[in-house]
Amino acid sequence: MLTFLTYAVLVVFVAGFVWKIALYARSPAPLLIPTTPAPVTYIGVKMRLMREVVFFESLFKADKLLWALGYAFHVTMLLVLIRHIRYFFETMPPYFEEYQIIGKLAGFAMVGALTLLMARRILIDRVRHISSIADHLILLLFLGIGGSGLLMDYVLRPDIIAIKRAMTTLWTSPEATLSVTGPGDVLFILHLIMVAVLLLIIPFSKLMHMDGIFFSPSRNQVDNPREKRHINPWNRD
Amino acid sequence: MAHDHEVPELLDDIKTPALKPGSMGHLAPYPATEKHMKPLGFPEARVPDWEKRAVEKMGEMLKKYRSLQVYMDICVKCGACTDKCHYFLGTGDPNNMPVQRAELMRSVYRRYFTVGGRMFPGLVKARDFDEETLKQWFTYYHQCSQCRRCSVFCPYGIDTAEISMAAREIMDAIGVGHKYTAEIVNKVHDIGNNLGIPKPALSGTLQFLEDDMLENTGHEIKLPLDQEGAEVLLITPSADFFSEPHIQSLMGYAKVFHQAGISYTISSYASEAANFGMFIGSFEQKKKIAKRVAEQARALKVKRIVVGECGHAWRVAYSFWNTLNGPFDYLDPRYPVPQHICEFTHDLIQKGALTFDKEANDAYVVTMHDSCNVARASRMGSHPGGQFTIPRDLIRATCNHFVDMDEDTIHEKTLCCGGGGGLLTDELMDLRIKGAMPRVTALKRVMDEHKVNFLALICAICKAQFNKILPMYGIPMDTVGGVHQLVSNAIQLGTNKGIV
Ligand code: SF4
Ligand code: SF4
Ligand code: SF4
Repeated sequence: MLTFLTYAVLVVFVAGFVWKIALYARSPAPLLIPTTPAPVTYIGVKMRLMREVVFFESLFKADKLLWALGYAFHVTMLLVLIRHIRYFFETMPPYFEEYQIIGKLAGFAMVGALTLLMARRILIDRVRHISSIADHLILLLFLGIGGSGLLMDYVLRPDIIAIKRAMTTLWTSPEATLSVTGPGDVLFILHLIMVAVLLLIIPFSKLMHMDGIFFSPSRNQVDNPREKRHINPWNRD
Repeated sequence: MAHDHEVPELLDDIKTPALKPGSMGHLAPYPATEKHMKPLGFPEARVPDWEKRAVEKMGEMLKKYRSLQVYMDICVKCGACTDKCHYFLGTGDPNNMPVQRAELMRSVYRRYFTVGGRMFPGLVKARDFDEETLKQWFTYYHQCSQCRRCSVFCPYGIDTAEISMAAREIMDAIGVGHKYTAEIVNKVHDIGNNLGIPKPALSGTLQFLEDDMLENTGHEIKLPLDQEGAEVLLITPSADFFSEPHIQSLMGYAKVFHQAGISYTISSYASEAANFGMFIGSFEQKKKIAKRVAEQARALKVKRIVVGECGHAWRVAYSFWNTLNGPFDYLDPRYPVPQHICEFTHDLIQKGALTFDKEANDAYVVTMHDSCNVARASRMGSHPGGQFTIPRDLIRATCNHFVDMDEDTIHEKTLCCGGGGGLLTDELMDLRIKGAMPRVTALKRVMDEHKVNFLALICAICKAQFNKILPMYGIPMDTVGGVHQLVSNAIQLGTNKGIV
């Protein structure tokens, strides 16, 4: 059951993701529309995209507070995800022990940043105005995932050994299952369900920004219309 | 005139306003009539099954424009753009926040093209394309000057200008057009320019200006028309032939050509640099309008094309011409096609072909308004940002006193004049006044702090807009002028003539 569900979720996630990337990659760009000043070389464009993805360059120009919160959230999420590697492997290299503390701090910072992002969405009238229920729910989902993670770490510890066994075996053995012996285990199942929901909605929601940025013509085009003729694929002559 | 409209009070700095929902909901442009729609190949009136047709058209557009497909999907509603649009800053209407303007289309997109919107419209704010939606589209997609300021600040570069253009194209496809822009596109097809100036009138004006320059300078400076075999074809907005202060820049270009000894010609058939095909979002119209230029370049056997001072025209020329009607392999490969008049003059200065008497502009303390389409949708010279440095180099070469406005309001962060994107029409005056407020605020500050009295720029629409709007804010009309007006004042005629 667990194995089947895991694979089902992953299939939807991967298929949806690939479908969206293919959709973006296949849709034509009739004209050159980079937001200028833009790089005049291909390498320059790679650098521009890199700065957007790694530093959130444009957001930094726009709004320092939002940049700080958004950046904190994304970076800490990455750190927390890295910490999760250990749940999927039987043995971990010893230096990974040192990483625990970073991962734990990141967990708190992530939930903190999310709370502030949520507060911002509710308190700033402009941002509240543009938000749909879905926008709030997505934040709540992240908060739920992060919050349940912290709770498991510090308050209601689930049976980590059993979970780790399930996580390492479920890929190959359909018998893998999760036992519920205490409230911590319930919490874990909740955590897992929320992650599954998240994976399921990624390809069908605004969370596709993670790869959409690479296809945004205003950011990924070289500013060289005079030097090199750009052809409109649906109007070639 | 001025007292018909409420003019916002200028504060020391640009402040983000409180939300005033619906405050601009009343201000839609005049709709186009059959007379304007039919010749452009659009339905002459709203088609019977317009709801369905609009959604189909949107589906087609999503397949043709990656920008639209991606921008519909990936906005995270972070709100970074919400305080970046001059129309929002001036009106407080939440539908003028870029993200909310885009949401007018995105909500329809979600309804018909996404799983979430089909299943849970309430949850994701999805809406049907109905009478109310169409009304909002027509209103608020004509309150966007397609200036791209929002796209600078969006973490994904979402460009609301692209969405406005697409919305206008969808509306045209169901027979709901905008009178002002449709009328002008017709004029350019029928006569060759936006103002509808026929050849005899054009040649009369040019003659008059030549006489005027002869009288004032003692030099026979030519404004040649339809001259086959000239080196350069000059394509400039038709406003340069008839409007103030545009004409002053035209004389500036003429003096530069004269002084450099480079032959050039204006074309009566392609007497327009502006391309309102862009404002209505139509690729086909853009192409058809620009085609006149390519045809004339061949017919007149010129070697180069130089484009006069105009914002969106330069975007179309620089970014799109090569795609639309290229390749320009019949022109001299040593020069970029097209070349901006500022690049042209700048090159000549570098070569030492022009000399200036800066004192001729000593009455002025100059500042520069970066026209959005030049700033955020084009380039000059070979380096990114040349569009900022080259015109400023020209100003510094011709004037002793130059200061820039607040750095958050120039270069890529420049604020639109409020009249771009096909909104330069009287029925939208209220919007134009309010949309200009952020720019005028920054201008007023340098006027107070540095005694600035000349706003130099390189866009025909900006010139026309400021000419009308600045007096309403108590700033004299003649504060506005082209960069080549300054060149015209300072250029030394007769010395070193024809060095290149
Ligand atoms: S800045 Fe971009 S992502 Fe953020 S709300 Fe505006 S359009 Fe959406
Ligand atoms: S393109 Fe300019 S006018 Fe249009 S929404 Fe963006 S900032 Fe506003
Ligand atoms: S008219 Fe000038 S300032 Fe306004 S949109 Fe066009 S280029 Fe920008």
